[in-house]
Amino acid sequence: MTIKPPVDDFATDWDHTDPQWVADPYPIWDDLRQRCPVAHTERFGGGWFPATHEGVSAVAKDTVNFTSRMPIIVNGRPGEEALPSPIGVTPPISSDPPFHAIARRIMLPPLAPGPVNKMEPQVRALCRRLLDGLGDDAVVNGGLDYAQHIPAAVIQQLLGFPPEDEEVFSEIIHVVMEGVDQEVEERFEAFVPIEEYFVKQIEDHREHPRDDFTSYLLNAEIGGNKLQDEHIFGTMVLTLIAGIDTTWSAIGASLWHLATHPEDLARLVNEPDLMPVAVEEFLRFYAPVSMARLVKHDMEYLGCPMKEYDWILLGFPAANRDPAVFEDADRFIIDRAENRHVAFGLGIHRCAGSNLARMELRVAIEEFIARYPRFELADPLEVTWSKGTVRGPRNLPLRVLA
Amino acid sequence: MKVSIDADICQGQGRCFSIAPRIFTFDDLGNGVVIADGTLTDQGLELARLAQSNCPEHAIFIEE
Repeated sequence: MTIKPPVDDFATDWDHTDPQWVADPYPIWDDLRQRCPVAHTERFGGGWFPATHEGVSAVAKDTVNFTSRMPIIVNGRPGEEALPSPIGVTPPISSDPPFHAIARRIMLPPLAPGPVNKMEPQVRALCRRLLDGLGDDAVVNGGLDYAQHIPAAVIQQLLGFPPEDEEVFSEIIHVVMEGVDQEVEERFEAFVPIEEYFVKQIEDHREHPRDDFTSYLLNAEIGGNKLQDEHIFGTMVLTLIAGIDTTWSAIGASLWHLATHPEDLARLVNEPDLMPVAVEEFLRFYAPVSMARLVKHDMEYLGCPMKEYDWILLGFPAANRDPAVFEDADRFIIDRAENRHVAFGLGIHRCAGSNLARMELRVAIEEFIARYPRFELADPLEVTWSKGTVRGPRNLPLRVLA
Repeated sequence: MKVSIDADICQGQGRCFSIAPRIFTFDDLGNGVVIADGTLTDQGLELARLAQSNCPEHAIFIEE
């Protein structure tokens, strides 16, 4: 891991892994919106950060001038060889048109509202089991002992990995999460055992087909042909990477909010019908995920001299706080009626798992506040936040109140 | 009064059919679809407007 110098001015040297950004990015984004509004950095090999909804929206919807082949920023400028086109390493998130539409059409049906709604009773039972496990402790960890385990178990089950592999699966998740700040070579090395495990699972599903996402991918076809193994593997890895710490962060941040805003917690406990609207405000206010694009060619864009393979950090969380689009953008309004938030992105790469994530978030909060109608942070200084592409609380000790 | 969804703009954000499930539903990909021909009552118009003001993609159109 490289030690990086602290950021002095985020307008010319932004870094989404800088401790100041990780701790509280919102004042930084407010400042950038007023001053730039597109910030630049020489870090990561060079890149841009549009801080407005308008800028984020323009880039997210523009597949002519930007490519998705590397959707997460890594340390270093990717060369052509790191960018297999047009499929990308993890289709469809790493794919560009026209292949993107084909890969997406395959991925979406199992994650559409119909199948997702059928999963709700299982998710609710899972949440209750986790809450039973927390027991009557005075302090419970809403992050490490609750929020984390919900999407992890859901994704393990979705992919159809054996329940007894829970430890292997936890280790895989750990490696993936740690990968955020590693050099590219380190990442590749760390991924070897994961690849081996996935290949084993694919083989096992080939021999023993069952009703899960992995078997679904093995049966899927493009133009009468089965998917290439790299495509199946890549989509499984995507499901793992995109499906866990994202939802974990959304659940954790929502619990953090309720722990620090007793008036909102009381309203949600007393007015359960508010939940669907509140969920959207949690998603707007604490949107966990930023994505990346690469500039396809030298050009002047959003008033900036962009160069081929410059990074763009697509800050959906920043777009969600833009006062040009949201009234009282910096206020959490639990019953906000109009809420065009972009927590799941915009355009053709809208989060494929958004229906699942939204259901998990709603059920997780419903069950938590039903069990613990009053709680607060046990110690604000003990709360830690993840850094980089996905932001949310990790360690989240909550004191249960009578 | 009629509501419609532009299928080229809709990305399946899923807001419309959650807010107004009597006016909108979804297809097998999760994209929004208008139920029947989209003719709105007065009460329906209000709900359709609410759905419209929550669509991040601006894919909902209302003819009054």
